Amino acid sequence: MGSNSGFKLGAEEVVVNGPKVAFKVFGFNVTETVILSWVVMAVIIGLVLFMTHNMSKDHPSKKQIVAEWIVETVNGMVRDSMGSRNLVYAPYMATIFSFSICGSLISVLGLRPVTGDFSVTLTWALMTFFMIQYAKIKNDGVLGYIVGFSKPIALLTPINIISELATPVSMSIRHFGNVASGIVITQLLYYALTSLSHGLGMSTFPVFTIGIPAVLSVYFDLFTGFMQAFIFTMLTMANVGSAYPDEEEAH
Amino acid sequence: MEKAIVLAASAIGAGLAAIAGIGPGIGEGYAVGKACEAIGRQPESSGAVTRTMFIGCAVAESTGIYGLVIALILLFANPFIGKL
Repeated sequence: MGSNSGFKLGAEEVVVNGPKVAFKVFGFNVTETVILSWVVMAVIIGLVLFMTHNMSKDHPSKKQIVAEWIVETVNGMVRDSMGSRNLVYAPYMATIFSFSICGSLISVLGLRPVTGDFSVTLTWALMTFFMIQYAKIKNDGVLGYIVGFSKPIALLTPINIISELATPVSMSIRHFGNVASGIVITQLLYYALTSLSHGLGMSTFPVFTIGIPAVLSVYFDLFTGFMQAFIFTMLTMANVGSAYPDEEEAH
Repeated sequence: MEKAIVLAASAIGAGLAAIAGIGPGIGEGYAVGKACEAIGRQPESSGAVTRTMFIGCAVAESTGIYGLVIALILLFANPFIGKL
């Protein structure tokens, strides 16, 4: 209040925006989300290359042991929930999981989380959707896939199609909604704490905005980030796995 | 005037949409309670129970999240303002 400098501590008003457009290439908007996705991809690729660099069979280094542990954990989870026939999907699951976790956790650095953009989660959910359809066609054959929509009776065909389409919608909206609500609530909390500080006469230095948001950040950034990444991956595994079950389970 | 009415109605609608949080709240609480019972009965299966419970909670949560998305659309990307 009354200070002429543009720099303000705390949040003076509630501002919730979509991702900003950084620049345009041939009429396409390159948004904050796209650039941060590139950063996240670069970090993940760099980390993976670093961990798998100089691997040796006889004298494994510490990073190699970590890398082996990650691969074995992911393979074990995929084998448990999808069956050993679907082990080819393990790299995809690990990719989605790591991308989602890093994309959500960059909000700890004060950046806009990548997963707080609906286009990102919708893209992942659509990939999962086409993967499910591919697995179903592989399991039942093209004819069996089409006939499968009219089971158990032909009357239920529209409902079956809707429930099939509802999978990507609910998966993408779930992930997006959790992260976006975190953004909105954090913003509201900053505004409320700044107003509280102003009300108590600490207008130049909003003392309440120190520390208190960090506690909520543990839930909204760390817990939600991990949980949604895990849930998205587990739901992908469950859906694809049930579309293409193991032979002995199918009969 | 019209704009004020639309904005007020949108704000009320956003508030009403958030009522969707009641159902998932009850459902998730029930699921977590049952999971605690199951772990109490069979502590050795706590890993599988917890994993299943989280997935079930996530699925139960989606209706609440739908309400939240409608509230967010009404507040930040209001489609009715453009129709005036």
